[in-house]
Amino acid sequence: MSDDFLIRIENLQFAYDARPVLQGIDMRIPRGGIVAIMGGSGCGKTTLLRCIGGQLKPAGGSIRVHGVTVNNLDQAGIYALRRHMGMLFQFGALFTDLSVFDNVAFPLREHTDLPESLIRDLVLMKLEAVGLRGARDRMPAELSGGMARRVALARAVALDPALIMYDEPFTGLDPISLGIIGQLIRRLNSALGATSIMVTHDIQESLLIVDYIYFIAAGKVVAEGTPDDIRRSDDPFVRQFVRAEADGPAPFHVPSENFAVDLFGADARGMQYA
Amino acid sequence: MPDFAFLRRLGGNTVDRLWRLGVASRFFVAILLNSGTALRRYPLTFREIWFSGVLSLVIILVSGLFVGLVLGMQGYEILTRYGSDTALGVMVALSLLRELGPVIAGLLFASRAGSAIAAEIGLMKATEQLKAMDMMAVDPVARVVAPRFWGGVISMPFLAALFSCMGIFGGWLIGVVMIGVDEGVFWSQMQAAVDFRHDVLNGVIKSVVFGVAVSLIAVFEGYDSEPTAEGVSRAITRAVVTSALAILALDFVLTSFMFRESP
Repeated sequence: MSDDFLIRIENLQFAYDARPVLQGIDMRIPRGGIVAIMGGSGCGKTTLLRCIGGQLKPAGGSIRVHGVTVNNLDQAGIYALRRHMGMLFQFGALFTDLSVFDNVAFPLREHTDLPESLIRDLVLMKLEAVGLRGARDRMPAELSGGMARRVALARAVALDPALIMYDEPFTGLDPISLGIIGQLIRRLNSALGATSIMVTHDIQESLLIVDYIYFIAAGKVVAEGTPDDIRRSDDPFVRQFVRAEADGPAPFHVPSENFAVDLFGADARGMQYA
Repeated sequence: MPDFAFLRRLGGNTVDRLWRLGVASRFFVAILLNSGTALRRYPLTFREIWFSGVLSLVIILVSGLFVGLVLGMQGYEILTRYGSDTALGVMVALSLLRELGPVIAGLLFASRAGSAIAAEIGLMKATEQLKAMDMMAVDPVARVVAPRFWGGVISMPFLAALFSCMGIFGGWLIGVVMIGVDEGVFWSQMQAAVDFRHDVLNGVIKSVVFGVAVSLIAVFEGYDSEPTAEGVSRAITRAVVTSALAILALDFVLTSFMFRESP
């Protein structure tokens, strides 16, 4: 079955207890593309990623990956699907008791019966791709933040996944490391013939490397388009995001009572806060 | 209208505790069902036996020696009042094999290895390592939790046995070498009075039960911890405190079944 879209999400809904997080997301991710999902902190981006990876069960709607509906799968089915997925966590999530080499070798050793000599070759290839072949014997604690992220990236692509997911890949990196990670995401995606989904709020870097962008606010897709569309967009939310303005459609204030009432009590109602 | 807030709180707490006990029981079953990896890939479990068993040896052996020394002194002092200092070996051996060996070794094991296991798993959770493993289609219960559980369960009886041996050695050191109780009487009385099934085997059963309890509590508290610095520290405290209470309570139950005089 050939399908131009690796992932199709229809009317996806998710709630933590009673607090709705995703309220009807529709999304299509084309094969071979890099798609960014953007939005303010706490808008449900990471939740969406967790739903695609099957770590969270949606309350409604459907997610189809590779023609398989994720929300109907049992544990074994999800594990079978995840062997074709790689995920880069926000801070790398390297195994702190294993060396760089063993971290990258971990998925290979768990899922294949390859001889150790072949695993060595594969690990060194992945480490070479992220420029860290020389750091193979270090422990995660001896790496800088950017290097740890690159090792985690090598580990995420160890099994040559069809889908790579990035959870905030740029957070907490200096501008040089940030550029390196951005270029690696682009290069690995085309070298592996993979599809990438990136959850991020770093608009400038994303505009350089992705093919398509979805903006999410309050659990809904509020804008979408190619980087050129986004740059030219006059949608107020997109403009606020691209120009990094503090207030706009995405409010600066958490909804609350009138400030004067909060400060001086109920008899201050009607008072003007100057 | 009387205020039932206290009763309501009491009820709520009780329900919470029972709920947690239920979650822990389900977790225990999940560990048993997912033990295949830990047993098939035995180096994973051997590694945990090294960390929780072998690295606990020093504290277990030293404590065992001191407990034996004290038992020798106190035992001699009490027994001579009744003119039965020849029973010193019997007293030392029985108190260690039946009670002190399993119980004190269990308490030390909980504070040395149980806390380390809870901390390690809790930190792996807080740094998303368990989630990352899960996303790589590797079940953290099978790969991380089960080997640590079995490592603890296997280590504990050996540690308790070594504790008892060291204790008996300490009793001998005080009684025979320092005080001068007759050595032949010390050993032959012990040999005659200690029954393999009734005393030794029951002590081993106790240490296995404590090993299961401490290991389960440690892995559960670590796995169930809040993924924050505060949550991990609370999990470690709970692992040690709950283990200690569980050991003492289980010891009472087991003793009342094992060593009850038949009427």
